[in-house]
Amino acid sequence: MFGALGFASPWLLFGLFALPLLWLLLRAVPPAPVRRRFPGVVLLLGLKDDEQQSDKTPWWLLLLRMLAVAALIVGLAGPVLNPDARQTGRGPLLVVLDATWGSAPDWRGRMARLDAMLAEAGRAGRPVAVMPLSAPSEVAFAPAATVRESLPGVVPAAWPPLMDAVPLPEGDFDTWWLSDGLDHAGRAELAARLAERGTLSVYETPSNPMALLPASFDGGVVTVPVRRLSPGPELPVTVQAIGPDPAGVERVLADGIATFASGGTEAELQMELPAELRARVQRFAIEGVRSAGGVTLTDDRLQRREVALIDGGRNRETIDLLSPLHYLRQALEPSADLLDGPLDEIIPANPDVIILADVARLAPAEEEKLLEWVKNGGQLVRFAGPRLAASDVARDAEDPLLPVRLRAGGRSVGGAMSWGDPKALAPFPEDSPFAGLPVSEEVSVTAQVVAQPDPTLADRVIAALDDGTPLVTRKEQGDGQVILFHVTANAEWSSLPLSGLFVQMLERLSISSLTERPSAEQLAGTTWQPVQVLDGFGRLSNGDTLQGVAGEMLFDAPLGPDLRPGLYEGENRRLSRNVLDEDAVLRPAQWPANVRPQPLVAPAAKPLGGLLLGLAAALLLVDMLATLALGGRLRGAAATLAALMLIAPQDGRAQDDALPEITEEQILAASEVTLANILTGDKALDDLALAAMRGLSDTLFDRTSVEPSEPRSVDIESDELSFYPLLYWPITPDQPRPSPQAYGKLNEYLRGGGMILFDTRDADTAALGASSRNAQVLRDLAAPLDIPGLEPVPSDHVLTRSFYLLQDFPGRYNSRDIWVEAAPEDAVQIEGMPFRDLNDGVTPVVIGGNDWASAWAVDERGYALRTIGRGYTGERQRELAFRFGVNLVMHVLTGNYKSDQVHVPALLDRLGQ
Amino acid sequence: MTDAASLRSRAETVAAAYPPLLASAERLAANVQMGEHGRRRSGSGDAFWQYRPLVQGDEARLIDWRRSARGDEQFIKQREWEVAQSMLLWVDQAASMGFASSDGLTTKAERARLLGLAVAVLLVRGGERVALGASLPPRRGEAQLQRITAALTADRPEDFGAPDLTPMVPNSRALVISDFLGDLAPLREMLGKAVARGIRGTLYQVLDPAEEEFPFRGRTIFESMAGGLKHETLQADALRDRYLQRLAERKAELHDLAAASGWRVGLHHTNDASQSALLWLYEAVQGGV
Repeated sequence: MFGALGFASPWLLFGLFALPLLWLLLRAVPPAPVRRRFPGVVLLLGLKDDEQQSDKTPWWLLLLRMLAVAALIVGLAGPVLNPDARQTGRGPLLVVLDATWGSAPDWRGRMARLDAMLAEAGRAGRPVAVMPLSAPSEVAFAPAATVRESLPGVVPAAWPPLMDAVPLPEGDFDTWWLSDGLDHAGRAELAARLAERGTLSVYETPSNPMALLPASFDGGVVTVPVRRLSPGPELPVTVQAIGPDPAGVERVLADGIATFASGGTEAELQMELPAELRARVQRFAIEGVRSAGGVTLTDDRLQRREVALIDGGRNRETIDLLSPLHYLRQALEPSADLLDGPLDEIIPANPDVIILADVARLAPAEEEKLLEWVKNGGQLVRFAGPRLAASDVARDAEDPLLPVRLRAGGRSVGGAMSWGDPKALAPFPEDSPFAGLPVSEEVSVTAQVVAQPDPTLADRVIAALDDGTPLVTRKEQGDGQVILFHVTANAEWSSLPLSGLFVQMLERLSISSLTERPSAEQLAGTTWQPVQVLDGFGRLSNGDTLQGVAGEMLFDAPLGPDLRPGLYEGENRRLSRNVLDEDAVLRPAQWPANVRPQPLVAPAAKPLGGLLLGLAAALLLVDMLATLALGGRLRGAAATLAALMLIAPQDGRAQDDALPEITEEQILAASEVTLANILTGDKALDDLALAAMRGLSDTLFDRTSVEPSEPRSVDIESDELSFYPLLYWPITPDQPRPSPQAYGKLNEYLRGGGMILFDTRDADTAALGASSRNAQVLRDLAAPLDIPGLEPVPSDHVLTRSFYLLQDFPGRYNSRDIWVEAAPEDAVQIEGMPFRDLNDGVTPVVIGGNDWASAWAVDERGYALRTIGRGYTGERQRELAFRFGVNLVMHVLTGNYKSDQVHVPALLDRLGQ
Repeated sequence: MTDAASLRSRAETVAAAYPPLLASAERLAANVQMGEHGRRRSGSGDAFWQYRPLVQGDEARLIDWRRSARGDEQFIKQREWEVAQSMLLWVDQAASMGFASSDGLTTKAERARLLGLAVAVLLVRGGERVALGASLPPRRGEAQLQRITAALTADRPEDFGAPDLTPMVPNSRALVISDFLGDLAPLREMLGKAVARGIRGTLYQVLDPAEEEFPFRGRTIFESMAGGLKHETLQADALRDRYLQRLAERKAELHDLAAASGWRVGLHHTNDASQSALLWLYEAVQGGV
């Protein structure tokens, strides 16, 4: 001991005497040689150095090394600043620990301190015993060394101390009480009992425990209350929402900061979690607080719900954006489990919500089952549509599965054939579940089904248009409810499904039927099995081995070893019991007047060993650099170091790249019609294809109202495809196969109404079924694509008349083998009509081999790049090729518009009336 | 690792070395004017000389049917007679040749191969027969070039090479390319035998600039390329003068050797242009005719 400085192993300091010896040794060793490969070594053999002594190690380098070694020796000797002071007292000693979640955050520090205190008691020869109050048991006094060994087994519990059932040992003893500073029932009584038997010293740490109360969810906002024991300065606290990510790995899904006001003990975190995230959250926790109080578990109230989607039969050719369920699917997919299938199979699965989009009439058996399901608490949401408007459902009498009676035919406003403007939404009434949602001005309704006026109607309207017409109606039916949107679920009748309001409305509707926490009466007679339980540190562990808990106990009985905080499961539901209830208050511990809590931690003994060892390491590092510099090898080392430093910032940039950037080019491509060719990897062909797109764009610009912007070449692996209405894809034999991701993008592109023109460019060699190398490649490339059945272009296909009247589609070659999506089998030619009423949509692919790129390609000045045929005939063929291109683009852009002209005679006929 | 893909990739890696060496050698050789080698008369050779009408006594198999089908007469295709001389080439492929003092420079071996092969290309084009060391006996034709290319890409493990012109075709010419830093005894012996068989030729020394300047400092251990020889010095810069002196002695010894046997000696540094080196070499080899 040297005053306030002590050494753990002072004899190591004798090592300092070895330093002078080291000095001599270090002096004698010359710096390390450089190894060089050199063929001329033969000529060096036998040459002697002029002086035997190499460059000497400089004195300052020696000094540096001596200092490093000295620091090492002193550091290993274990110097300690402020070694522990002694304590006084004699006789048996009982250590009582609160051992609750409140002491968990600084548990390790407490135990270390207690260990030191017990060590002191042991030196004084006092028998000791340790009793955690959260699990009190009979104790016997034992030598301090024995008790110290069992200290690591004492852990804090997640429940409050059980003070009334503490068995005290016989005889007199002194007591040290390590308190967590929280108020617990029975503390004063126990303190009195202990004070009767001997001196009672109470130790408290200056820590200020923080805790989370259960999270509540209201109006789209998750509220997590945070409490602290005693007022203090302003303090921001980070609360994390933790749960599995889509891959099932548990991680922090979101976090937010709740700030305790200066002098306040209550704070609140309000998080607007996206539904997808909210459904995944399993618990909230205060960052950096290892305590059961800092964790609150969520249960069914934030979980996903099962929603069944059923529509009234969909058209075979309907593309995604027209599907009645598309927007519902988009809106609900992140926040709900969607079920698909026939109604009679879905009802037994007992989903939370069933959505019927434009379903008018159900089979009687289905209707009966559905009604029963609704009465048992199901939520039925229906959307109107042409079928419902045309049917006579709920015309004369109220249908149990519709909230209101409907008038025949519905109405349309603001359309081409009617007067008036499209209607906007009125603000939501106060008692509506949508109350408080901002009414979006961009929502307009052009058609709807209309409710019959009725005495009960006013109560059932939960959203209306600005002229008072009901838009959404609802009625209770048994335990459940039936909700009707008077518009379609797609964008045909209104722009509601396109707006963000639609998602919010659906969210509100789904939430309103979430299970509330059941009362004790409702839980009576049920048994709940713990799934996961919390320990004192806030860690979750498996609760399978614990006994089930009776339902009436679950929320009303106090926590203890038999009822641990955690997640409980029973009858398809999961409920969580948390350490603190919604209305819990943290109060500081109250001690009898004669007991004064002392701080647990005296000024800490500060070991200096680490500091000195660090100094030694730093000195050795300097020595290494200096040695390298002396040997002339520092430049290589410096370069390596610089390279390492350069790597670091690049990581940061990689993270920024995670978000897709919207480039100027993409904005341009999206705002104008832009033709594009797909890159094949063959430079010459890609240039030709781009020139062809330029030629076609120029032609369109000159002759039609389509004014395309500068064409682009796209890489299907990396570029966004959805900006381009038409992709030209020439096939080369050695084209690389696109990756699965690229195929995903292509399929999405095709489903979204895009078109790809495949060109095998071999029509001269591969006519009439003969298979060429390019055709095989095309077959390979196109196999994973979602392409419908194909047929050669029929003579009445829209392509033959969408701008020019054509029957041939030549490029550089003139083959008739052009394939498009097959017409439906039931298409028949109506008497007196020139054409059949064919494909409703646009064919997603056109496949041919006429090498259109060669016919279309022009250079920057508009001159054709390739010769087609001979003389005038060739130019005529090029002209026809351009006409085909124009027809193709027109077909892509206008769809079945030209096809609709088959109805012109009928329309004229009707107008004549 | 016997799957087809890895075998193929290794084979391609190995094969990839040939064409560039041959191509760069040919490119180099293309700049040199061919000397007169064709003998301007009919004989055994590669190049077409003339068609002559079939006369009594010629074998039917000699008739060139393609030419004869154009008319009623039968013709025989004759090739130019060429006198071929044998050229014995030896390129040092030992480890010491693999030295390059900086990244920008080619190794001595690379330069030596290029020059050797370029000379071979020129000679083969001139219809001469070229032998490579003891491994390839003198032959003519493109195929021999391919074989030489293949043989030249192999490295040898020992530190310093010993020249070997084993077939020792009498009265032929020889070209020995090396750094001549190893023991000179095998060279001396080889020259003795060569002179006895009337072979004349050229010794061509290829050195790295670092070997001429010795730009080293400080405590250094010098090792030969294969690691067989070591020399440790405490102050490398102090050895510089004596090293240069020894190098000069080595060059002088080489000159004496060559002069005694009527051979020529050339010196080339890897930082010099290979073009001029080839010109000198070709001239030297031609001069031996």
